[in-house]
This record gives sequence, C-alpha cells and structure tokens, in this order.
Amino acid sequence: MAEVLHVEGLSKTFGALWVTREVSLTLAAGEVHAVIGPNGAGKTTLIHQISGVVLPDRGRISLRGRDITRARPEARARAGLARSFQITSVLPEFSVLENVALSVQAREGRAMRPWGRAAADREANARGMAALERMAMADRARRLAGTLSHGEKRQLELAMAIAADPVALLLDEPLAGAGPEEVPRLIELLRGMKGGAAILLVEHDMEAVFALADRITVLAEGRVIASGQPDAVRADEAVRAAYLGEDF
Amino acid sequence: MKGWRLPLAMLLVFAAVPLLPLGRDSGYVMLLGARIMVFATAAVSLDLILGAGGLVSFGHAAPLLLGAYAVAALDKAGVDGALPVLALALALAGIYALLTGAVALRTRGVNFIMITLAFAQMVYFATGSIPDYGGTDGYPLGERTRLFGLKVLHDGLPFYLSALVVLVASYLVCRALLATPFGRSLVALRQNEQRARAMGIDPLRVRLGAMVVASLIASLAGVLLANESDFISPAYGAWQRSAELMVMVLLGGAGSLSGAVLGAGVVVLLEEGLGRFTQHWPLIFGPVLVLAALGLRGGLAGMWARRG
Repeated sequence: MAEVLHVEGLSKTFGALWVTREVSLTLAAGEVHAVIGPNGAGKTTLIHQISGVVLPDRGRISLRGRDITRARPEARARAGLARSFQITSVLPEFSVLENVALSVQAREGRAMRPWGRAAADREANARGMAALERMAMADRARRLAGTLSHGEKRQLELAMAIAADPVALLLDEPLAGAGPEEVPRLIELLRGMKGGAAILLVEHDMEAVFALADRITVLAEGRVIASGQPDAVRADEAVRAAYLGEDF
Repeated sequence: MKGWRLPLAMLLVFAAVPLLPLGRDSGYVMLLGARIMVFATAAVSLDLILGAGGLVSFGHAAPLLLGAYAVAALDKAGVDGALPVLALALALAGIYALLTGAVALRTRGVNFIMITLAFAQMVYFATGSIPDYGGTDGYPLGERTRLFGLKVLHDGLPFYLSALVVLVASYLVCRALLATPFGRSLVALRQNEQRARAMGIDPLRVRLGAMVVASLIASLAGVLLANESDFISPAYGAWQRSAELMVMVLLGGAGSLSGAVLGAGVVVLLEEGLGRFTQHWPLIFGPVLVLAALGLRGGLAGMWARRG
C-alpha cells in the first residue's frame, strides 16, 4: 500500500520530560491506524507535532514524500493534512454549512480571495453539503454551529475534515465527551469514513479502536512499545503491563 | 433586506440633513454632520479589524494622522490636487500598516494593544518634530484639496457631500470585503484561530491584509479632517483619538460596521452637547460609557437588531 504519512525518529522534550521519544510510524493510503496508550503517553502531543501545532526537537515528518517537519499548520492543511481536536473545535458564529464550505475554500487555496461572495461559492457549498450528508447532518446545514449539541459538533468536525478531501486525517479522540447514546452513532460514521483518507486515530474508547483500526500502535511514556495488527497488540505482554491490567 | 435597514436608515438621515430648514444654524449642523461622517469613516475601518477581525488596535489614529500630513506636505509643496494628495495619503498609510502590522501581528492580546499604541505614538512624535510642518504647533492649511480643480472639500455642502460619499464608499468596501472568502477567513480567525489554521488559513496574511485596508480607509478620514479644520496638527493622532475610535466601535456594537457609524454619531454629539454645559464633560461621558458597556449587549446596533 502506498504510504501517505511517514514519521521517523520523532522526539520532543518539555523540560526534563520526554513526551515523544524516537517515535516512528507510517500511515498507508486508505487505512485506519490507531494510536493508543495510557494517559500521559504523549498521544496528543504526537498529533500536535504531526499537524504542526508543536514543533519536534528531532525527527522527520513527511506527507506523500514531502518534508513537512517544520511547516506551519496552515501550510500542512493546504497540503492535505486535516485534523480534529480533542476539545471540539468549530467556528461557533458561522452556520454549519459555512463551517464546511470554508474548509473546502481553505483547502483549495481560495480562502484569501478578496473578491466574490464566499456564500455564493457553488463548488464549496456543494462539497460541503456532500460532506454533511455523509456525516448525516445535512438537515443541520443552516443552524449556527455554536448551537449544536456536543455530539453534533463532533460530527461537524468530521464533516469539515472530509470536506477538505484530505490525504491524511488526524483524529484526536473523536469520541471524547460524547454521551453513551452518541458513541455508537459516531463509531458508525467513522466506519463510513474508512477507505477514504488515511486516518491516524487517537482514541481511548477501546471498543471504537478495535472496531475501526487496521493497525494499532501503542505509546507509553512517549515511546512506541508495540505496533501491529489489532489481535497481536491485544495479546502483547508489554501492552498489558502498560495498561496495568486494565481490561481492553 | 436583512442587514440593510440600519445603514439605509442612517443614509437617509445623513442625506436629509442638508435639506432641513434650519436657517442660520444650517452651517453649524452640516459641519457637525460632516464631522460625524469623517469619524464614522475611521470608526468603520477600525471595526473591520477590531470587530470583525478581533484585532484590538490601539493605534488607529496613526493612519488618520498620516492622511492629514499628506495634505500638509503637499500643501507646503504647493500641490492641492486630490489625486496626488490621495496617492500620498494611501501610500503612507499602506506602508505604515504593512510595516507595523507585520511586527504587531506576531504578538497577541495585551501585547498587541500596546505595540499598536507604541507605533502610533511614534507617528505622533515624528509628525510633531517636523519644523516644516509647524512641529507640535501644527500647520495651517493654505489651500484646501481640490478634485480636478473643483472645490469639493470647501465650505458647507460640498464638504458635507464629499464626506458622505467617502463614508458610504468605505462602508460598502468593508461590507463587501467581509462577504468574500477573505472576510470569512478573517472572522474565522477571530472565532477560533487554531481551527482556522488547521483548515489551512494563514493568520498573518489575512490579518495583515485587513490591517492595510483599514489603514487606507482611515487615511481618507485624515485627508477630510485636515480639510475640514484647515489645520493639521499631531493632536489628530494622539492616543486619545485612538481610544475615541475604539469607544465609537464598541459603543456602536463591534463587528456590525453600521454600529461604528452610530457610535461615531453618539460620541461626537455627546462631546458637543455635553461640552456646552461644562468643560468637565468627560466626567459625565465616562459613566455613560460604563453604563453602555454594562447594559448594551452588541452595542447600539445590537439594540437595533433586538428592537420590537
């Protein structure tokens, strides 16, 4: 399978703390690669480094063969790297459709255009609506994003990500904060995204991870302690030790 | 029609003022109206960056001052044509915004406020240190600016109408700009910068672009102000002026553009009206502002939107 994202020897320290230690991983086209690990394992910091919010001390990140290690977040996004945030992050004063349409416009490099009405951008609106339909929220298109329920904001974030038609998608705990009745629904939507953009999934919900992941990498104290097929990882002794016997 | 009622209502009011049968007071009322429109132009441009963009600039009087000194500089050189005056004013204001914005936008929050203030103070002291233009005493304007030889900025009605045209044009430019993808990106960055960047929106380029546009428009207000007073002085760019523009925007309702015009009207009229009773008018004006800030969600424009 073609490799779309390549992370090699990534390291990052905050003071004396190694939050990321020689982490290498790859993301192949169309796959869902889950990154799991106990709290404080450095999962979110890893996503932040890949998306450019935090710069690594050492190591190399490339997207489709292009080095993006030091590129700014917006440049990575335009190159096809989309992400969601652990704490829901939408544009609350914009309508749902405006949120997804702007995502398209930014990805296509049209977000700087000082002419033409943004709301009349047919292609952006159409692609945005298509993404909303895939995320089962087309009926919410006119609502203000700030008035959505938490689960709906989660769906909107996913819609914004797929509307951009990314090469790779980083999902930082897409189920975090969702109520028990919303979780199965979100897992279904995530399953529907499989086979599109390659997905790097950080998630605590093990049910979701094993339902979605083609491959799993386990982080503990900033370093990779196991990586491979879900079944192999589930049986791994080091992983069991890291989770201190937690059932997973 | 949504969103057009308030600006159209205000346009009607401004257009009606010259027609009012005020007799001897007519000249005074028109002067006051023109003054409101000049400050409204500057306030609308500040609202573009402050209200829509969330960039709290405490130095918006600087481009106004640069516009005024463009008039002074060319007057000194014996030039009173509107085209060279506007070209110089826009060039100065544009370069100023590019240079200071590129630095200021690397900071956030209070630092941004302080650095924009610092740059404006530099312009203030710089203009006051040019002996050719009267230093801190200011420069009496020899000839008002003319457009193709026409006295468009001379007394009474011509100046009033010119100020109205500049205000309407500035409002429409800002409003149209906010509706473009660029404007959408500017507002998105205010709402959630991290999200906007993760979408691929470049914060520096978008915000710098908005600062340049705002600065260009403010310089037009400076050109008008210099002509209205027949006098150019560094005081136009004092920090109090920057604060006053912020008050207009916030009182009117940040982000609505038309609110900035309302705010300018209320501030100029309050200053004028209270100033007649007492020279200590800021003592009354201050508490009025505090009450407005506490009681008016979305400013005057927000009150209009919630009417009925």
